[in-house]
Amino acid sequence: MSMVQIRTNSSTGLQALRGKAAITGVATYGCGEAPGMDDMTLLVRAAHAAVADAGLTMQDIDGLCTASVNATMWPMPVIEHLGINPTYVNGTMIGGSSFIAHLLPSIMALAAGQCNAVLVCYGSAQRSAVFGRKESGAARRFLDPQPFEHPYEPVMPVAAYAMAAARHMQQYGTTREQLAAVAVAARQWAQKNPEAFMRDPLSIEDVLKARMVADPFTVRDCCLVTDGAGAFVLTRADRAKSGPQAPVYVLGNATACWNRQISSMPELTVTAAAQSGAQAFAMAGLKPADMDVLELYDAFTINTLLFLEDLGFVKKGEAGAFVASGAIAPGGSLPVNTNGGGLSCVHPGMYGIFALIEAVRQLRGQGGERQVAGAQLALAHGNGGTLSSQSTAILGTAATL
Amino acid sequence: MLGHPPISQKKDSEMTPSMSSQYQAALDAGRFQIQRCKGCSQAIFYPRELCPHCGSDQLAWEEPSGNGTVYSTTVIRRKAEAGGDYNVALIDLAEGVRMMGRVEGMAPADVKIGLAVKAQVIQQGGKGLVVFKAALGA
Repeated sequence: MSMVQIRTNSSTGLQALRGKAAITGVATYGCGEAPGMDDMTLLVRAAHAAVADAGLTMQDIDGLCTASVNATMWPMPVIEHLGINPTYVNGTMIGGSSFIAHLLPSIMALAAGQCNAVLVCYGSAQRSAVFGRKESGAARRFLDPQPFEHPYEPVMPVAAYAMAAARHMQQYGTTREQLAAVAVAARQWAQKNPEAFMRDPLSIEDVLKARMVADPFTVRDCCLVTDGAGAFVLTRADRAKSGPQAPVYVLGNATACWNRQISSMPELTVTAAAQSGAQAFAMAGLKPADMDVLELYDAFTINTLLFLEDLGFVKKGEAGAFVASGAIAPGGSLPVNTNGGGLSCVHPGMYGIFALIEAVRQLRGQGGERQVAGAQLALAHGNGGTLSSQSTAILGTAATL
Repeated sequence: MLGHPPISQKKDSEMTPSMSSQYQAALDAGRFQIQRCKGCSQAIFYPRELCPHCGSDQLAWEEPSGNGTVYSTTVIRRKAEAGGDYNVALIDLAEGVRMMGRVEGMAPADVKIGLAVKAQVIQQGGKGLVVFKAALGA
């Protein structure tokens, strides 16, 4: 229950890495339902498309970052399937934030000359696979034991986020309608995205009247359970300009993890995003008001509120009213989760890579009907576990270097 | 040569059981214990080998008062045929630590943040477990 001392970091060594690497290729594959597919097939197809998007071949890839919900030694079979020989391998697995957290160590590896082209990739068939989300959850009780929570049967992850929402409501007067406004805004964006899984109209009342799962959440406060894969390629900035796509530069990245279990989280209304965000902005030399578009990991409606607050876009406790005003929906003052997010676009177990890919597409101007006009700076934020790990990335176009 | 002497590993015969197994053994015998650090005097839960506040390995068991307050709560919705709805809560103990638990003896939806509760040890599936009831007069 002791509060965490937020560590600030204004290292000149990190600031020197601002803009030194760029995302040159991105791809998604099989988002939604992919019957008959497995995690690896989805991953490999997304990886192949991302490498092609970067104007490279798989043999150019000499750095690999990947993580799996189920397989602890996942980089090794991925290396086999891709037929690569990486001199940099990173299998850091801290939940859904992993693929954003992979950025900074990759930038360092590129800067040091350890490798020249890093592929970050993820795939999951959790919706369609025989060994799906339910079976994986049961196995993890043994493989990833939490003996001080399991006996109370807290259906995870929803119970953890529900208790964070209950606490936010009690402390700040946040309402269920305000939480529902997050889901409605996500759906309105999803309606502009042909890749989004759920695009039917959704009202505040629809969210409130949906099946209760864990108070105060209905099923519409919860992210989707879909299949899908995502991949991106990162290279040094000097090399990025020669690719077919406009490079998207990584201006800042930081990761923070304060706990694993929700019962070990110091304060349920303050996430480690308060630390990862401050450090990422410090590395980038930028502030929240500079951002044109945000992609925030919305596993549940409360996430978007917590991250808007902890990343500094609104004061603590004010995100509910901000969202209810329509600010984050299409036409609002601050575009958030322009692909429809984990709530309406895609959520194959871990969503972080999809938030990052959408930020890249926005900065390339490839958002189609959902494009944020003139977007130059974007923030992508990943969350992992039960509000356990947080990773923030600040991305920009060449004009922002 | 400067520096620390090598810190030797204890022989198997000198190894004490893990703190978590000591905790569970006490619970199985009906006793709820938490740890307190002899270095920084802070209470600790769940059971650790090292104090998460100061890193000391000098940790002592103590019996908490059992008094607590609901920090947050939810109702897990479950079909009636599977056993119906149930409560999951986070409880702040008077000693200054938080733990997961459930509040029994009242409707799950009636458990509110701030409710004063009292710990009790029950046996569930052959193992001791801490659960909570509304405190008398709450």
